[in-house]
Amino acid sequence: MLNKSLSKKRKGFEVLMKALMLLSVGLTVALVLFLLIYVLGQGVPNITWELLSTKPSYLTERIGILPDILNTVYIVLATLLIVLPLGVGAAIYLTEYASNNKLVGIIEYAAETLSGIPSIIYGLVGMLLFSNSMGTCLMAGALTLVIMNLPTIMRTTQESLKTVPQSYREGAFGLGAGKWRVVRTVVLPGCVDGVITGCILSVGRILGESAALLFTAGFAHAVNGIIDGLAAPGATLTVALYVYAKEQGEFGVAFAIAAILMVLTVLINFAAALVQKHFAKRRSL
Amino acid sequence: MSIIFVKDMCLWYGDHQALKNVNIEIPEKSITAFIGPSGCGKSTFLKTLNRMNDLIPGVKITGDICYEGTDIFSKEVDVNNLRKEIGMVFQKPNPFPMSIYDNVAYGPRTHGITNRVQLDEIVERALRDAAIWDEVKDRLKKNALGMSGGQQQRLCIARALAVEPKVLLMDEPTSALDPISTSRIEELVMELKEKYTIVMVTHNMQQAVRVSDYTAFFLLGELVEFGKTDDVFSQPREKRTEDYITGRFG
Amino acid sequence: MLLGLITVCCVLLITVYLVISGIPAIREIGLVNFLFGKEWASTASDPKYGILPFILTSVYGTAGAILIGVPVGFMTAVYLSKLAYPKVKSVMQFAVSLLAGIPSVVYGLVGMLVLVPGIRKIFNVPDGASLLAAIIVLAIMILPSIIKMSITALDAVPKEYEDASLALGATPIETYFKVSVPAAKSGIAAAVVLGVGRAIGEAMAVMMVAGNVPNMPDSLFQSVRFLTTAVSSEMAYSSGLQRQALFSIALVLFLFIMLINATLNFFLKREKE
Repeated sequence: MLNKSLSKKRKGFEVLMKALMLLSVGLTVALVLFLLIYVLGQGVPNITWELLSTKPSYLTERIGILPDILNTVYIVLATLLIVLPLGVGAAIYLTEYASNNKLVGIIEYAAETLSGIPSIIYGLVGMLLFSNSMGTCLMAGALTLVIMNLPTIMRTTQESLKTVPQSYREGAFGLGAGKWRVVRTVVLPGCVDGVITGCILSVGRILGESAALLFTAGFAHAVNGIIDGLAAPGATLTVALYVYAKEQGEFGVAFAIAAILMVLTVLINFAAALVQKHFAKRRSL
Repeated sequence: MSIIFVKDMCLWYGDHQALKNVNIEIPEKSITAFIGPSGCGKSTFLKTLNRMNDLIPGVKITGDICYEGTDIFSKEVDVNNLRKEIGMVFQKPNPFPMSIYDNVAYGPRTHGITNRVQLDEIVERALRDAAIWDEVKDRLKKNALGMSGGQQQRLCIARALAVEPKVLLMDEPTSALDPISTSRIEELVMELKEKYTIVMVTHNMQQAVRVSDYTAFFLLGELVEFGKTDDVFSQPREKRTEDYITGRFG
Repeated sequence: MLLGLITVCCVLLITVYLVISGIPAIREIGLVNFLFGKEWASTASDPKYGILPFILTSVYGTAGAILIGVPVGFMTAVYLSKLAYPKVKSVMQFAVSLLAGIPSVVYGLVGMLVLVPGIRKIFNVPDGASLLAAIIVLAIMILPSIIKMSITALDAVPKEYEDASLALGATPIETYFKVSVPAAKSGIAAAVVLGVGRAIGEAMAVMMVAGNVPNMPDSLFQSVRFLTTAVSSEMAYSSGLQRQALFSIALVLFLFIMLINATLNFFLKREKE
């Protein structure tokens, strides 16, 4: 009775599923490896100090991506600065304070909708909304990115808030702590990992964004300080990649930028993984 | 008649020895209760009987466990068939997030029964055996998670019965329930021993006295005493058993 | 309170803006002509504004990407969530987030230089920039979201469910596919819908590999233009009715996305009951 082996049908199911899973995993691994090796292989030889440290000049037929790097940094900083308080605040309100379920439902639905809207539409609306009033500039791009990243920050924060056990809150309330104090001492520390993860995701998303920026931030290559920079049009690295590859056929430069973006992506992911590990460790203590 | 024989069984979690030389024979069609303080190894031992401990990394087991004369660790034994024969009910009610019907039908379907009529019969019989049929017969298609805790636990018992096991392992089946649900489950368990062998871990000594025919007392990974429940509680052979049941530690 | 409402305002704002700027062109062209016109010739002397080719291309492209991406992503997720050693799982999760983090223009670039010539050679067609190339790129691009969301959903399945299934004599693989997957189905459905949304909304990568010619998508090897690329490719130099028509395309795209969101919510809600 016990040593009857599995029926043929069940065994077939086992084997088939296992094979499909391994095949899929293999495909995914191969894909990642190929992309990494190919892009780095094509791009790294084209990265020179000159490329990184100069701006492009039609006179000398030189291409430099310094302005694009600076623009990227500016836009990331500006976006995060605006979106963080908005997103975290909204998430805390929704999970800790909101009592009107209907309203919460509407807000969550709105956030969901927002995160589903393609970036090209953000670009279009950003163009109408911001660029038409303040001109095509990095700030217009940053504001567009704020709307885009709001749901991300909200969601990651909310999710980590939900993992803070209700008993912690009850424990704190039981000790006579007020609502705000509970939020500050128990809930907020619990969601730091969510906030940081959200930030990292957002940085990644901003770095990778092109469609939303093309029409809002433009594609100029001028070197500026941060204040002037935000008020002037400028291409981020990603937009520059697109322009160089698609419009100008400069594949060497495009691959160089692609390699840089790839390395940044790796770094960002490392950072995210480290953050998560760190917090997981702290949580298990 | 004994259905499970355990000889010199030891179990390690990594370097920590959780069970030491356990020897026990579990009598058929009766209720055996495992009692003892937390961390004494009774739950671990229970889970070894249907090899649920296999899943935990770093577990090492020595000694023999025979079920109906077959060594359950032998290579020829299919662990899935073993678990079909030796069912289990867990501490926290854990119905699948599916309809009541699908919950009970899950086991038979897994083991290859697809005939609708046959499934209906099995489901009804299992639910009747678990004394919950009358409460749910009109809402078999409703999600099981909408039931009360006590109902969920009886559903889990029905689900375990649906694969027609011979032995039912119960890991503190009432510890998450209120007193009324607890007494319903206790009544049910006593009815079930007509057809099944039941092994039950409990924290509650009154429960052991009320329900079980045999009692095994575990302490620090050792099986200290095993015998008829009346004997164990009225005239324990071991000083340690007496100390425990009279409440000197625990 | 106010903070929460900001999101609502954003959505309203986007909707209102799109509707306001999208309606005039549709009015002028006529809804039927616009949606079902088979020809798009915005710069011709007698301009035609039919976006059926874009709509069909977007639908086919997305469907193709889902057809390839979902099974691969789903299977990978089940393996990683349930069967892989913890080390393998964490390395793979890292690789998958990497895949998700790669900017779409990089996918476009690689697609342009690897996939497009590859398709041209293998299938012996004059131009590899085609619907097929776009489908493959999109399938790759939605893969990480599908894997990640499915893993999250699968990881969240309580271990008690799986224990119960194993204790009934189901094998681990049976348990994962018959208990864990159904228990995680709302999360997995969300992953698929997210994939649909991402595929239908992707612009840059598709622009670089699909050929960007407003043909009807009659064959996999046709050079085609998606709804998204229709907007972005002409926006820079458009004016007048042409520009307004582009906004109308964006409105159509937006309605698609809203439809997808609504479907998702419908399913999720039904699931809860």
